[in-house]
Amino acid sequence: MIKVKINGQEHGWDGDPDLPLLWFLRDEVGLTGTKFGCGQALCGACTVMVDKQAVRSCITSVSDVVDREVVTIEGLHPTGDHSVQKAWRQTNVPQCGYCQSGQIMQAAALLTENPKPSHDQIREAMSGNICRCGCYQRIENAIHLASTGV
Amino acid sequence: MNIITNPDKLRGFEKHVKVEKVSRRAILKSLGIAGGLVLAAPVTSRQAFAAYQTGAGKMPHGTVVDPHIFVAIAPDGTVTILAHRSEMGTGVRTSLPLIVAEEMEADWSRVKVQQAPGNEAKYGNQDTDGSRSTRHYLLPMRQIGASARAMLEAAAAKRWNVAVSEVKAVNHEVVHSASSRRLGFGDLAADAAKESVPAIETLKLKDPKNFRYLGKGEVSIVDLRDITMGAAHYGIDTRLPGMKYAVIARPPVTGGKLVSFDSSDAMKVSGVEKVMEIKGWPWPSKFQPLGGVAVIARNTGAAIKGRDALKVVWDDGDNGKYDSVTYRTELEEAARKPGLVVRKEGDVDAALKRADKVVVGEYYLPHLAHVSMEPPVAVANVTGDKAEIWAPVQSPGGTREDVAKTLGIPEDNVTVNVTLLGGGFGRKSKCDYALEAALLSKELGVPVKVQWTREDDVRHDFLHTVSAERIEAGLDKNGKVIAWRHRSVAPTIASTFAAGAVHAAPFELGMGLIDMPFEIANIQCENPEAAAHTRIGWFRSVSNIPRAFAVQSMVGELAHATNRDQKDMLLELIGSPRIVNLSSVKDPWNYGEPYDSYPIDTARLRKVVEEVADKGGWGRSVPKGHGLGIAVHRSFVSYIATIVEVSVDDKGKLSVPRVDTAIDCGTYVNPERIQSQIEGAAIMGLSLAKYGEISFKDGKVQQGNFDDFPVIRIDEAPLVTNVYIIEPGPETPPSGVGEPGVPPFAPALINAIFAATGKRIRALPIGKQLEI
Repeated sequence: MIKVKINGQEHGWDGDPDLPLLWFLRDEVGLTGTKFGCGQALCGACTVMVDKQAVRSCITSVSDVVDREVVTIEGLHPTGDHSVQKAWRQTNVPQCGYCQSGQIMQAAALLTENPKPSHDQIREAMSGNICRCGCYQRIENAIHLASTGV
Repeated sequence: MNIITNPDKLRGFEKHVKVEKVSRRAILKSLGIAGGLVLAAPVTSRQAFAAYQTGAGKMPHGTVVDPHIFVAIAPDGTVTILAHRSEMGTGVRTSLPLIVAEEMEADWSRVKVQQAPGNEAKYGNQDTDGSRSTRHYLLPMRQIGASARAMLEAAAAKRWNVAVSEVKAVNHEVVHSASSRRLGFGDLAADAAKESVPAIETLKLKDPKNFRYLGKGEVSIVDLRDITMGAAHYGIDTRLPGMKYAVIARPPVTGGKLVSFDSSDAMKVSGVEKVMEIKGWPWPSKFQPLGGVAVIARNTGAAIKGRDALKVVWDDGDNGKYDSVTYRTELEEAARKPGLVVRKEGDVDAALKRADKVVVGEYYLPHLAHVSMEPPVAVANVTGDKAEIWAPVQSPGGTREDVAKTLGIPEDNVTVNVTLLGGGFGRKSKCDYALEAALLSKELGVPVKVQWTREDDVRHDFLHTVSAERIEAGLDKNGKVIAWRHRSVAPTIASTFAAGAVHAAPFELGMGLIDMPFEIANIQCENPEAAAHTRIGWFRSVSNIPRAFAVQSMVGELAHATNRDQKDMLLELIGSPRIVNLSSVKDPWNYGEPYDSYPIDTARLRKVVEEVADKGGWGRSVPKGHGLGIAVHRSFVSYIATIVEVSVDDKGKLSVPRVDTAIDCGTYVNPERIQSQIEGAAIMGLSLAKYGEISFKDGKVQQGNFDDFPVIRIDEAPLVTNVYIIEPGPETPPSGVGEPGVPPFAPALINAIFAATGKRIRALPIGKQLEI
């Protein structure tokens, strides 16, 4: 039995240790906020934080996160009021919204590492996260807002 | 550990192909919403009274404008409004209920939105496609709200024993000013429910100057908080007790068949529970599943791993020879020969013969995949002769019909629950994935989720068509265009419904070909034959993409040939302000709208060009290596003009510093969501221009994921997209927003690249064509 800690809570797993964390989260634990987009770490929809770093859960296996702290969108802030989440709402970022869990987790990880990212740093850090609706202009604006308060 | 941070429904086609006619039923069931107003009165489906006419009544099942169906008021005053169209990112799940709330004087903060299941007899047409929702439902939603308001006012007047003319609904209350009495909507709900629904002709709609919400853009989408918390419910998020997870190996060639399979290794994969054949239909068969081998497991990851271990033998069938390189040559050759004439004014041959100069443009645009971020997915629970579906579908009513037909059960026994859609773009107008889930659940006797991987999505899409467009323009000695021949060759969406369809359907001809608005004496449009070898379907903006690309690129070419400014050339071609006379066209289609309400008005077309040129700084000086391009296109009965500023560096790398777009979509509801749609259209336009190509070899799609079918990422996105919404004239009917932003983008970009580099791109995607 593998034990993994997700959003502060421990979960056991006695199935395939190579199961991608994405499907463990979604199908076995029931945390569906983390989304499936490509399965190949190409789109970022499945982004979670592992030990405060942004990780693509679709190519990370359950056994990779033993003894580590996994945080999903559900665990980012108890009431959904992380500065990034608030900025996302103030900027009306989403269209369909499907990629936004991954975008928000990536942005939150970026701001943890670099509280005042530049335009170029934002574009570089967020370039692994695809939004097919094309909300990029607002994503950048929202990160600036979360970072600076303006 | 891996850490990577950088790496309609039938759109006017229904009436031509659909054989079965679904009987209209009045289902007198309640919404299941607790509380007050509603739910007892009979359903009446009526033609909407209209200050302007739309094509809404001609859609399958037409329009329903009954407040008993759409509005419920609980005793605590909570107003529940049904959203009967699908939310895929346009904001319609907010916009349509907001219209009802506006007219009934409900306070939006006390409104809850509930998604309606698929049931067109009850709710009217639910096909969320063709950029139709606001256009067809602005007036009906206002009428629903006005009816509810009138019923609340009538109930209050009776309660106070005063004339109804003395009371007025204001912000969630009804007020009798003479006596300073007021009653909340919740207090009046039960009585209001007993009032008869007013005749539509008697309704008094609000004066737009008193609108609190409409036209303001101050209301965020209802799902905003849930989306930011990971709590919004998409198709992929449905989980039922005992549910199994399935992925399917499908024939790699359209029309191919399963010969045999070996599941022994797949069954050894931890978590895999069963491997079975799933029924397929011969191609073409509308939206029926392709068939193949299904792997059933306890979670999606196990099902995918099990499928990887399958050994399958396929018979590729006749389309096994489909090759994009050969096919392109065939299309281009067909475009050089005469084809079916679909519009003819004057004598184009004679005019080309006497022209001083003829400019010829040959353009090619490949297949595109939709790649909505949520790949197709559906959950079905079939028990006995009943089926319940949870799915992200643009066609809730059509899905219900198709599930019933596929399972051979009555439509009344099928419930289609509509989740949020993680993107749609036309892909989710085809419900094959829901049918697959229904078939598997029936076989297995448990709830089943069918998950498409990204590779499944790219390789088994209903692709955007591939096309060759050829335009010959004849100029007289003064540089005036006197002849215009446009040949458009592309496999038709009709081929997905009926074998042997080789010509464009009227709705395809009407997207930028026969409705070309230029004032030219001799015009001929032709549609040579093209046979399909894969499933062709609607992709956001549909045939407008290749047609606008060809026509607006040709404007750039003509400007260059005559040494004119692009914008001046464009305005000269559009010509005088007038209503374009399409009497030479057998079926102008016009997006299914009556031409009287929605004519091609060149004054409006000119206006968006002038507006974007003015606000977008047309003619401004730009740095070396930069260029400006302009394009305009009317689609989905809206008018849109775009200016793109491009930068091409000395290695040929392009970037887009700025985009300006002017849109005239008539009367509008939510300018903030119009802006977001246009921002997104620029991204999608840039994606298809720069990268978009699905190609075939040996009948198989050669791409599979975002590595070989790239889309624009944030580091390549335009730095800024400015949107200018034209203020509508009084009584201007609403028109489309979701799709019209896409078509003008690519030609504006290509015209900008020409301005920057002198290089004319005539085939998409741009790919490496600019590299030095």
